Amino acid sequence: MEFETVIGLEVHVQLQTRSKMFCCCSADYASTPPNTHVCPVCLGMPGVLPVINQQAVEYTAMTALALNCTIAEYTRFDRKSYPYPDLMKGYQISQYEDPIGLNGWLAIEVDGRTRRAGITRVHLEEDTARLTHRSAPGEEAYSLVDVNRSGTPLMEVVGEPDLRSPEEARQYLIKLRSILRYLGVSTANMEEGSFRCDANISIRPEGCDELAAKVEVKNMNSFRAVYHALEYEEIRQRRAVEQGEDIFQETRGWVEEEGKTVSQRGKEYADDYRYFPEPDLPPLSLSADWVEEIKARLPELPEAKRDRFMTDYALPRYDASLLTGSREMADYFEVCLETGLPAGLALPARAKAVSNWLLGDFSRLLNATGTEISDSKVNPEQLCQLLDLMQKGTVTGPAAKQVWEEMFKTGRPAEEIIDRKGLSQITDTGEIEEAVDQAIAANKQAVADYNAGKETAVKFLVGQVMRATRGRANPQLATELLKKKLGEE
Amino acid sequence: MTTDHDQLTIHEAHRLLEERRFSSVELTRACLDRIRYLDERVGAVVTVTEELALRQAAEADKRIAAGDAGPLTGVPMLVKDNMCTRGVLTTCSSKMLESFVPPYNATVVDKLEEAGAVIIGKANMDEFAMGSSTEHSAFSPTHNPWDLSRVPGGSSGGSAAAVAAGEAIFALGSDTGGSIRQPAGFCSVTGLKPTYGRVSRYGLVAFASSLDQIGPLTQDVTDCALVMNAIAGHDNRDSTSAPIPVPDYTQCLNGDVKGLKIGIPKEYFVEGMQPEVEDTIRAAIGQLEKLGASIDWEVSLPHTRHALAVYYVIAPSEASANLARYDGTTYGFRYKDGESMWDTMEKTRQFGFGAEVKRRIMLGTYALSAGYYDAYYLKAQKVRTLIRREFDEAFEKFDVLVTPTSPTVPFTMGEKLDDPVQMYLSDVCTLPINIAGLPAISIPAGFADGLPIGMQIIAKPFAEETILRIAHAFQQATDWHEKRARI
Repeated sequence: MEFETVIGLEVHVQLQTRSKMFCCCSADYASTPPNTHVCPVCLGMPGVLPVINQQAVEYTAMTALALNCTIAEYTRFDRKSYPYPDLMKGYQISQYEDPIGLNGWLAIEVDGRTRRAGITRVHLEEDTARLTHRSAPGEEAYSLVDVNRSGTPLMEVVGEPDLRSPEEARQYLIKLRSILRYLGVSTANMEEGSFRCDANISIRPEGCDELAAKVEVKNMNSFRAVYHALEYEEIRQRRAVEQGEDIFQETRGWVEEEGKTVSQRGKEYADDYRYFPEPDLPPLSLSADWVEEIKARLPELPEAKRDRFMTDYALPRYDASLLTGSREMADYFEVCLETGLPAGLALPARAKAVSNWLLGDFSRLLNATGTEISDSKVNPEQLCQLLDLMQKGTVTGPAAKQVWEEMFKTGRPAEEIIDRKGLSQITDTGEIEEAVDQAIAANKQAVADYNAGKETAVKFLVGQVMRATRGRANPQLATELLKKKLGEE
Repeated sequence: MTTDHDQLTIHEAHRLLEERRFSSVELTRACLDRIRYLDERVGAVVTVTEELALRQAAEADKRIAAGDAGPLTGVPMLVKDNMCTRGVLTTCSSKMLESFVPPYNATVVDKLEEAGAVIIGKANMDEFAMGSSTEHSAFSPTHNPWDLSRVPGGSSGGSAAAVAAGEAIFALGSDTGGSIRQPAGFCSVTGLKPTYGRVSRYGLVAFASSLDQIGPLTQDVTDCALVMNAIAGHDNRDSTSAPIPVPDYTQCLNGDVKGLKIGIPKEYFVEGMQPEVEDTIRAAIGQLEKLGASIDWEVSLPHTRHALAVYYVIAPSEASANLARYDGTTYGFRYKDGESMWDTMEKTRQFGFGAEVKRRIMLGTYALSAGYYDAYYLKAQKVRTLIRREFDEAFEKFDVLVTPTSPTVPFTMGEKLDDPVQMYLSDVCTLPINIAGLPAISIPAGFADGLPIGMQIIAKPFAEETILRIAHAFQQATDWHEKRARI
């Protein structure tokens, strides 16, 4: 029997507001000592009352709009009750019946195919305190509570069970993270916990419309972990079904070190959170005018930007997608174009030249050094000067790569590095001739190949010339000279 | 001391302080003495803040000397023990918070301190404001100063009894289903439950958040207006407080009730009502008629009969969440010998809460549970809307509605302790007002065999001025409010 995998993701996103969700405490919980960003409200002391953080509501509405949701005209908060020491009031203020955003979608691309994954809802709630469990051999185990995180704003994006593979799930997360970062509403960093994903996964016979018992997978701390956990779970469930076992609804945790999921608790009985409307907060009416205002303030989102890059700069889809993967990269690219360099090229040619450099050598060094583009020492103006020098023939392509390495490391201008390192292009025939003669003398085999009709041997010899001149030789001149000399022999 | 201070109202005390007939420190000492002398028998005060009070009184005397005194400056008062007072025990008369000292003030406490009032202590109450007799205090019950064998009402029984006994010149109470008005009626003092949202709830330890409201317990209506001037108004820290300007409530005390339309809803003269109470209230209404108000005796509010049921779904539901935070983790009582985290949390609640509180937590937990929510909580909210609408319609025709505050005179201690439903019925005339979020006052309207009877005057939202005007006119024409308990 052929099986189909069904995945739905629930993502919790920490919003980048200055203050907490319901009090004035700083929402920056990570960089301060435990229990220093606290007040009676987020400590859940008797008699205190919550006050809604307007910024968090705006951020949630922005996200919901970017995810093509309908914004509720009437939205309210509810109390979700459950006892746990990280929940200071014994209930969490969340949204149950009337969330801020409903019924949206997110376009994902897998294998060159674009499709829409449904978004059930986007709602706002508060985070809990952080527990640290301590135990030492021979001592009683204990837990520490850090209330700094209690009451920081948390947005939940609940997806429909529309994803059909771990790869689709990964693409969904990449896309969602990119949108959140474009909007500037969250750092959306999974490792730091500002972007947390739980996954519901089930399998069913191909062609079946009903959903089977789902397994909730938790404890995944990176996109890779989500991918591997879902892949593991997909296979586990298929094997189980093939062996005639039943899949029952349960929560399983991903154990990174062992590369498997383990059962955490069964869901024989449903959790009862006793939701009811939060009486301390009046419902919010989000007027059409307000929503329009928020909409008008939305930045250009990744897809729109990608399409525009394709139209305005005639970039291939591949380039446009990668450049618009992060807002910083896209912005950097456009600032480069504003410099008008390299001079003398038409816009599409300039755009392609800049794109090649950004996606090639620039990205390579960013990745290798773990640098964010916003922290790069080279500004767009400097980068374009290098491209311009290359275009003008001041440096060759290979020499430019050496200059670039140095620029990336030091942030010094290209011209200065070229001067200092003597990397300007050699167009003097005499100087190149010397290197050509040496190459011919030192590579008898290549010469023989060439004479035997193997044209490509010239390339090898040009490479030798370039090496001898530290990449400074004009490659065309070198090729011409080589051919001429080889013909003479 | 040149005057028998326990006869003093706020406005009299203010005048005498301004005339330097005595100082605030002297007046405060006199109240503290009276607490020392009387409270062993009354049990109205759970914490006496002598040091704080004398400091505040000395400050007040400076303000008076500087000509910077407001009407409450230097006047000794009590705060119900469910309102947070910075650095002062705030126990809710519960073992759970027996040792709880908040690091913050309730907004009303801040406002009273700004006005220069002198806080002499914290008033006894039913535990977490759940009760109608103040017998559910975890520490000791409060006795009615008019007859020490009887209850003072509740849950603000300590506040009402203290004012009636002259232990304080006024007090703050809170009212979720009648907790200001019923004890005011039982103790023959004036007690106002303002419109929901009129007074900030910040720092009021929540019982039922959509019903709770803070208000004054005073000797007369003028005092009530003066306290309202100090405590009413929007508060950024309470999103349910109304951004509506606060009038000067003393301006409406002009004695003029001519032409005011008063409705008498017949459902509030319930079956089982004590005949003396009914007679007294009818006579009091007759008095209002004599003053020029027009009375309609045939008003009907049929949904009233559902109010008690609605209340006992909504209030316990909200309470079950509000009281979830008391688990011994961060503050308050903690069971010491728990075998595990869960055992400690469970035993903390088992031993920290009294029986009535646990009863209501269980009621509310049940009503909110999956499978019961629609039948209980949701249904109750729908009926709540109907009750509200019924009042809205009534107030299209009438300026105020008048009813008894409670169906009986103060009952004897222990009488209803084993019968929760009988106890709940004591609030049958006051509960609907909280459900609709309306303002209502209880004022002394007479006595039966020396036991006080209160009259309730209800108005539409934010029409406290109309209530105060009528109540004031009534007090100008009668002297029930001037009668003092002999103790």
